[in-house]
Amino acid sequence: MAKMNLLQAINNALDIAMEEDDSTLCFGEDVGHFGGVFRATSNLQEKYGKHRCFNTPLVEQGILGFANGLAAQGSRPVAEIQFADYIFPAFDQIVNESAKFRYRSGNEFNVGKLTIRTPYGGGIAGGLYHSQSPEAYFAHTPGLKIVVPRNPYQAKGLLLASIRDDNPVVFFEPKKLYRASVGEVPEDDYQIPLGKAEIVKQGTDITLLGWGAQMETLEKAAVMAEKQGVSCEIIDLRTILPWDVDTVAASVTKTGRLLINHEAPLTGGFAGEIAATIQDKCFLNLESPIARVCGLDTPFPLAHEKEYMPDELKTFEAIMASINY
Amino acid sequence: MNTEKYPQGRVVHSPEYIDGLAVDIPILKILKQDGSLYDGADMPSIDQAHAEKIYKTLAFHRVLDERMIASQRQGRLSFYMAALGEEAATVGSAAALDDEDMIMAQYREQGALIYRGFSLENFMNQMFSNERDLGKGRQMPIHYGSQDKHYMTVSSPLATQVPQAAGYAYGQKLQGNNKITICYLGEGAASEGDFHAGLNMAAVHQAPVIFFCRNNGYAISTPSTEQYAGNGIASRGVGYDIKTIRVDGNDILAVLKATQEARKYAVEESKPVLIEAMSYRLGAHSTSDDPSGYRTKEEEAKYAQHDPILRMKNWMLAQQWWTEEQDKSLFDEYREQVLAAVKVAEVIEKPAIEELITDVYDQPTPALEQQLEQLKQHIKKYPDAYPVTAGRIK
Repeated sequence: MAKMNLLQAINNALDIAMEEDDSTLCFGEDVGHFGGVFRATSNLQEKYGKHRCFNTPLVEQGILGFANGLAAQGSRPVAEIQFADYIFPAFDQIVNESAKFRYRSGNEFNVGKLTIRTPYGGGIAGGLYHSQSPEAYFAHTPGLKIVVPRNPYQAKGLLLASIRDDNPVVFFEPKKLYRASVGEVPEDDYQIPLGKAEIVKQGTDITLLGWGAQMETLEKAAVMAEKQGVSCEIIDLRTILPWDVDTVAASVTKTGRLLINHEAPLTGGFAGEIAATIQDKCFLNLESPIARVCGLDTPFPLAHEKEYMPDELKTFEAIMASINY
Repeated sequence: MNTEKYPQGRVVHSPEYIDGLAVDIPILKILKQDGSLYDGADMPSIDQAHAEKIYKTLAFHRVLDERMIASQRQGRLSFYMAALGEEAATVGSAAALDDEDMIMAQYREQGALIYRGFSLENFMNQMFSNERDLGKGRQMPIHYGSQDKHYMTVSSPLATQVPQAAGYAYGQKLQGNNKITICYLGEGAASEGDFHAGLNMAAVHQAPVIFFCRNNGYAISTPSTEQYAGNGIASRGVGYDIKTIRVDGNDILAVLKATQEARKYAVEESKPVLIEAMSYRLGAHSTSDDPSGYRTKEEEAKYAQHDPILRMKNWMLAQQWWTEEQDKSLFDEYREQVLAAVKVAEVIEKPAIEELITDVYDQPTPALEQQLEQLKQHIKKYPDAYPVTAGRIK
């Protein structure tokens, strides 16, 4: 075990992936010698050469188009989009190409070896264009897998699983936690399975569900609620698509209540999808309406970031409202 | 600052602007319409057997297009896209490649696939989206793809194959197998962002890819005069420092020559090449389109005189490599073959309903399995409403 922050864990996972497979490539804007603006790819160019870890021109649709071609060819690209806010020029290449390659060709061709890494989320005073959580846009697209780690241990295990998974994966990294989250991480190779949620804490009165950086918020809110005598079960979804319905439904069947928290705006957010599915699976077990604590339906603001965020106080309030419904 | 690449041009002390049209881009022509060669023309590498294969590909292509348009008019086929008038561009370029070079097509490049020997049955099965379609009945007609023939399955969104071709070729280069990628596109697709992204990526990362632009004058109804300003698509290649050539796209020998040299350069230098083939789309964009709404019969008649297949035939006759009798029997034979194949393919069953959920992921997810099961139960309850699948559900 070693102490690593989330970036070091990602760097370590990339190092292992490049070491084991010569066809694994890391590229994106400033990814080469500089190591990426957050330094996630530090030292990889020095170790594996400019042909396997390199800077691309500033062209997101080009990065993803290039990555799709590489993956179809049999290489294993790990493409970085510098901020998730800037993934949209590549939207067509991801949604129409990466996601549909295997299906449209009848499996004559696929881009299953593709992984897209991108930092997402608020909490760094980044304003409108350095703070978005666009997972719901991609969650509407069959053929993709969407993964969000919450700490360094997960980041390494989930990223290695994503790189080796035989489907295109969009891997959202909570940039607020890049350096803030430090933990014990095994130096050896390990994987955390995709598509499986993790029960972080057992409880009996309400299920709190989230992913990525918001898991910390849920944990803080749970401490506040426990002081009021409310026992919270906390689940980290980890994979947004395809998501682990069974684990969430089993938990809600037990607790009778569900609260979902995400940073992205409420309307059309992935919490809506979860709520619809869980009310279908658990209708007779529910003791109160499913609560959603999310970002406002505004662009992510700069000055009022704290007000915008679905923080622990808002979450605590929603827990108590559910309990007292 | 790294000044290595900083332009070191002629210095002037009063403003001199550069006009894009002033860039002198020659056009390569080798074969005249009557089958004779231009004086001093530099011939491609071609012998009688190769020429016959190329010509037979062109003939088959013409017959396939004519028959399938007729089938569409008869309501037997949902949709078709012919390449009437520009067959030489794709067939001539494909004939310059190694069979294992990757072809990434736009959609009007059946000629390259015919040249590679994709079977008539495979063409038909795709167009009729039956259970033997390699694509499992998921895309519209003409969206072919074959791992075996190194022909990437066609995608409808325009120009998405351009940056993909750069990536594919980069992967080939790293593997050092001396294979390249050819990426076809139309002049309309060259307006998309992906075109510029793809050329820039290929140039910067030195990918052995041939970008082959069929400049056929129209993108559906929009003429090239409304598609771009400046000196065609070739001038874009120059801007990205991609070695570029413009050829007469109806001149099969010019296309072959240019592509043979482009391939050699791409392999030896590991760099991209752009070929702009000037042609004219004599037919409609697709069977859903009617060109009489945007161009005159006179214009079409003028370009019909540049028929690339007739041009090659004239050359073959002049070489005494071909006769009119051979020609007639070849076309008759192909017409018969295609008609017979239509009759076979159109009655083959549609893919099994289970194929609805395969290939979304490498394995169907629990949600997909559940949705399929619900669908099957529903169809069993209302079999009359789903006649294609109802009788086949176990």
